[in-house]
Amino acid sequence: MGQQDIKPQSFQEIILRLQNYWAEKGCAVLQPYDMEVGAGTFHPATTLRSLGSNPWAAAYVQPSRRPTDGRYGENPNRLQHYYQYQVLIKPSPPNLQDLYLGSLRAIGIDMDLHDIRFVEDDWESPTLGAWGLGWEVWCDGMEVSQFTYFQQVGGYDCKPVSGELTYGLERLAMYILGVDHVMDMPYNAPDALIPLTYGDVFKQTEEEYARWNFDVANTDVLLRHFEEAEEECKTILDQAYDDPKTGKRIVMAHPAYDQCIKASHLFNLLDARGVISVTERQAYIGRVRALSKLCADAFVQTRAGGWTPEGDVA
Amino acid sequence: MPDLLIELFSEEIPARMQTRASEDLKKLVTDGLVEAGLTYAGAHALSTPRRLTLAIDGLLAQSPDTKEERKGPKVGAPDKAIEGFLRGAGLTRDQLVERDTPKGAIYFALIEKKGRPAADIIAEVLENTIRNFPWPKSMRWGSGNLKWVRPLHSILCILSDEAGSEIVPLDVDGITSGNSTEGHRFMGTGRFSVTSFDDYEAKLKANKVVLNPQDRADHIWEDAKNAAFAQGLEIVEDMGLLKEVAGLVEWPVVLMGDIADDFIALPPEVLQTSMREHQKFFSVRNPKTDRIEKFVTVANRETADNGVTILAGNQKVLFARLADAKFFWENDLRVAEAGAQPWLDSLENVTFHNKLGTQAARIERIAAIASWLAPIADVDPELARKAALWCKADLSSEMVYEFPELQGLMGKYYATAAGHPVEVGAAALEHYSPLGPNDAVPSEPISVLVSLAEKFDLLAAFWAISEKPTGSKDPFALRRAALGVIRILLENKISGGILPIVYWCVAKIKSERFMEDRKDEFVTLAVNLAKLNKDEVTLAVADALRENVGNGQDLDRPKEIAHEAMVIAENLLSFFHDRLKVYLKDQGIRHDVIDACLAMPKNDDLTLLVNRATALAAFLKTDDGENLLQGFKRANNILAQAEEKDGVEYSYGADVKFAEDDTEKALFAALDTAETALKPAMETEDFAAAMTAMASLRAPIDAFFEAVQINSDNEIIRRNRLNLLSRIRQICLSVADLNKVEG
Repeated sequence: MGQQDIKPQSFQEIILRLQNYWAEKGCAVLQPYDMEVGAGTFHPATTLRSLGSNPWAAAYVQPSRRPTDGRYGENPNRLQHYYQYQVLIKPSPPNLQDLYLGSLRAIGIDMDLHDIRFVEDDWESPTLGAWGLGWEVWCDGMEVSQFTYFQQVGGYDCKPVSGELTYGLERLAMYILGVDHVMDMPYNAPDALIPLTYGDVFKQTEEEYARWNFDVANTDVLLRHFEEAEEECKTILDQAYDDPKTGKRIVMAHPAYDQCIKASHLFNLLDARGVISVTERQAYIGRVRALSKLCADAFVQTRAGGWTPEGDVA
Repeated sequence: MPDLLIELFSEEIPARMQTRASEDLKKLVTDGLVEAGLTYAGAHALSTPRRLTLAIDGLLAQSPDTKEERKGPKVGAPDKAIEGFLRGAGLTRDQLVERDTPKGAIYFALIEKKGRPAADIIAEVLENTIRNFPWPKSMRWGSGNLKWVRPLHSILCILSDEAGSEIVPLDVDGITSGNSTEGHRFMGTGRFSVTSFDDYEAKLKANKVVLNPQDRADHIWEDAKNAAFAQGLEIVEDMGLLKEVAGLVEWPVVLMGDIADDFIALPPEVLQTSMREHQKFFSVRNPKTDRIEKFVTVANRETADNGVTILAGNQKVLFARLADAKFFWENDLRVAEAGAQPWLDSLENVTFHNKLGTQAARIERIAAIASWLAPIADVDPELARKAALWCKADLSSEMVYEFPELQGLMGKYYATAAGHPVEVGAAALEHYSPLGPNDAVPSEPISVLVSLAEKFDLLAAFWAISEKPTGSKDPFALRRAALGVIRILLENKISGGILPIVYWCVAKIKSERFMEDRKDEFVTLAVNLAKLNKDEVTLAVADALRENVGNGQDLDRPKEIAHEAMVIAENLLSFFHDRLKVYLKDQGIRHDVIDACLAMPKNDDLTLLVNRATALAAFLKTDDGENLLQGFKRANNILAQAEEKDGVEYSYGADVKFAEDDTEKALFAALDTAETALKPAMETEDFAAAMTAMASLRAPIDAFFEAVQINSDNEIIRRNRLNLLSRIRQICLSVADLNKVEG
C-alpha cells in the first residue's frame, strides 16, 4: 500500500519492487543464471522449465549480453551488457494480463495517466526452436515489455502453456526515472551515502567489452570453443540414463544445456567479430538449434521435465 | 421473432485480423443457422481489440418442421434392398407407404422431422464455429486445448424479443455462455449484463468502448483533420494506418504533437516511415512548406491531464527514433557527397546467392546488360551503365539498413548528393518496379532499361543454376520478375525479340562461372558462340568474353557451354510465354488464342505477340471471325482427308479457269483481294488490318461451301477445288495458327 504512489528513485529500486511484487504473487524469486546468455529466456528456469507438465512460477533478473550492440557506452540506450527481468508461469494463469499491469503499477506507472497497449508481436527464437504468440506492451508508444504465450520449445508443444513476461530493465527504468542517457541513470538512490549512476558502474566495462568484442577476441579460439562446446553437449547426452556408479537414473540435461548456452554465446561473439558470413550464419544457428533440441529431448526424460518411473512422458 | 447477440471476448486481437475475423464469425454462424433451417432478416459483424460481436435480427424462434418423401425399392424387391432403405430412412417396414407408379408398385418413406428451438441450434453452431475458427494463427493457453487467437475469456450469447432476453446455454472447454461483458480495460466500471444489442452497444459506450470499427476510424479521422486544420496543417492520408489504429483502441483519443526542429530537414518519407512503422503516428504536413511538421497519435483513453503525459511520452520515443534517423541521414550524406565508393565497395562483401557470387558481380552484370540494351530505348549507353551501377548503392547505407522499406528512395536522394544526373536517381527509385500486378511500371527510358536489366539478370541467373519456381514455391520471386518484364515491354510498347537478350544474359552468367575454373577456354568459347550466328548477340558475347581472357585451345567445352546456354535461354523464353498466358488470360484473352499466336514466327517479340493475340481475339468475337474460323476448319478438314487419301499435299495450282460455279469464281477473286491487302498489313505488323482482310473472306467462303461440292466426279475440277481450299488455309495460317483455336 502506498509504495506504488511514490515514484521509484533508482534503477535498483525498480528491480527491488519487481522482485517484491512477483514474490508476493507467488513466484519463486530465482537468481541470475551464472553463464553468459543473450536473453533471459535462455535461463534454464525458462527454456527447460517451460517443457513438460509440472507447474512452475519463477521470476528473476538476468544479465544479458549482445556483443554486436556494444557502443563503448556512448549510445544513449544501446549496451552489450544489460539486464532483463523475466517471469515465467506455467500454466499461464487466466489473469496474467492483470498481474502484469499490477507490476507496472508497482514500479510507479500510473495507469490513469498513461496509455498502455498490447500490440501484436509474435515471438520466435530460431536458436531455441521455440515460438509463441503475444504482444509487445506499449506505454505511451514505447515498448516496455514482451508478453508471450509459449507454444513450442525445442520442437515440443508446450502443454500446459507457459506465460512469459520480459522487461527490458534499462529502457523501462530510464522511462520511469525520466533519464535520457542510460549512463546518467541513478543506479542507487541519489541521496545515498555514495550515490552511483549506471555509468559509474558500467561505462568502463562497456568500453572494455566493446573493444574486446569487436577487435580483440581471438576468433580461432572462439571457433575452437564453439566446436568443443558442441561436442561436449553431444557427448553428455550420449551417456546412458542410468549412472553406473550410483545406479540411479541421472539424465544430464542441465550440464548439456550449459554447453548449448555456451555455444550460443560463442556464436554471438563470432558474429560481433564479423567473421561469420550471411550464408554461414544460418548454418551456425542450425547447429545451436540442434543442440537445444537435444537438450529438450533429454529434459523431458527427467522428473522435472515430467518423466515418471511409470515411463510416461507428459 | 427474436434477435441474437453474440460476443466473443478475449485478450487483444491483432489489429490486422479483426475485420476478417468478424466477417468470418458472421459467415460461419449465419451459414450454420441457415443450414439448420433458421433463417433471419439481417446480420452485422463488429469488432474491437478485445471482442468479436455478431448481431442477428429477425431470427426464427425455431426451425420449421420438415417432411421429406423418399422413393424406395419396388414392392417385392429382395429383403436386403428393403432393409437397407429402411436403415437409411430410419423407419420400420410398417411405416412405409406403397404407391402405384407407371413402373409398378414402389415403397415410399415419409420422413417427418420436428423443428428444433433456436437456442439448441445456436449453441451447436456457435460451439462449432469457435472450435473451427479460421484464424491466420491461433494458440493454446493455460492447461486447455482450445485454440483462439489469444486467450478467450467469455462468451456472451443471448436471444431477445419483446418478452425479454434469455441466455443461450453453451459451454466450450469450461467457458460458459452468459449475458455479461466488460467495457474498457482501464476506463470501464467492471462487468455488466445486457438484454439486447441496443442495450449492449449503449452500455459499452457508457463503459468507454466504441463498438463499431468504422465509427472509431471516422472519429479518429475527423478529430485528426480538425486538429490539423485549426493550425493550418493537413493530415497525410493513410487509410491502411487508419484502419490499423482503429483496431488498436476501444476509445480513441486523438493527440497532436510537435516534431522537434532538428528533424524537420529530414526527407519527408523518412519522417513518415519512421513514424508510421515504429510508432503508428500519422504525419501532419504544412501545405505551405510541404514539410512534415507535426504528428498525430491515437491514445486508447482519456486522462485527467488531457493526454499531456501520454503525448510527452510519445514525443520522447519519437525524438529517440528520429535522432537515430538523423544520425543515419547525416552519415549517409557524407558518404554520398564523397562519391559513395565505400558503399559500392561493400557490395563486394554481400553474397547475392552462394552459387551466383556477390551483389557487386550482379550489379556489374546489370550494368553491362543495361548499356547493351541502351539502343532499344534510344539512350546513351554510358548513362544507362552509370544508373545501373548506382541502382543498389543505397543498400549499404545506414538508413536503408534501419528502414529496408526506404530502399530505392534513399538511392534517389543520395544520387543527388553524389552529383549524379536526375535520371540516375530516378532509376534507383524506379528499377524495383513493378512490384505487384497493380504497381506502376517505369516509363523514363533509363529507369526502364535498368529495371529490365535487373529482372533479365535475375531470371537468367536463377535459370542458369536451375533454381526455377515450382508449384507454390518461388522464393526469389521469379514469376513476379517475369511479369514485370512483360508489363514493362508492353506498357512502353517496346518491340523486338527477347530471346537474344535472354541468351546473352544466360551466356554471361554461364561464362562467368566457367571462367572461374577454365579461364583459357574463353576465346574459343567466344569463337564458337559467334559460329552459332544468333544475330549480334553472339558477337556481343564474344566481345565480352574476349575482354576477359587471353588465348586458349580447347574447343569442345566452350561449344558445350554455348549450347547449354541456348537450351536454358529457350526454356526461360517458354517461362515468359507461360507468364504471358496468365497475364493475357486475366485480360480476357483465351489460352487457345494465345497458343495460335505463339505458334507463329518471332514469338519472342512479346509486344508483337500481344498485338497479334489481341487482334485475333477481337476478330474471333465478331460474327465474321467466328464463321471464318468455321470455314477454315471445314476447308482444312476436307483438305486433310483428301491429302491423306491421295497421299499428296495440295498446295498450289488452283486456277480460276477451271472454276465452274459463280461462287467459286467469286472466291478466287476474294482470295486475290485478300492476299493483296494482307501482304502489306503483315509486313507492317498491322494485325487489325490483316483481320479486316480476313473478314472479307467470310461471305465468299460461306457461299462457296453452300453452293459447291468439292468432290466432283471430274478429277481436274476436284483437284482445282482442293488447291483452292489450300489457298484459304495458307492465307488463314499466315495470320495465326487457327488449327489451335477451339470451336
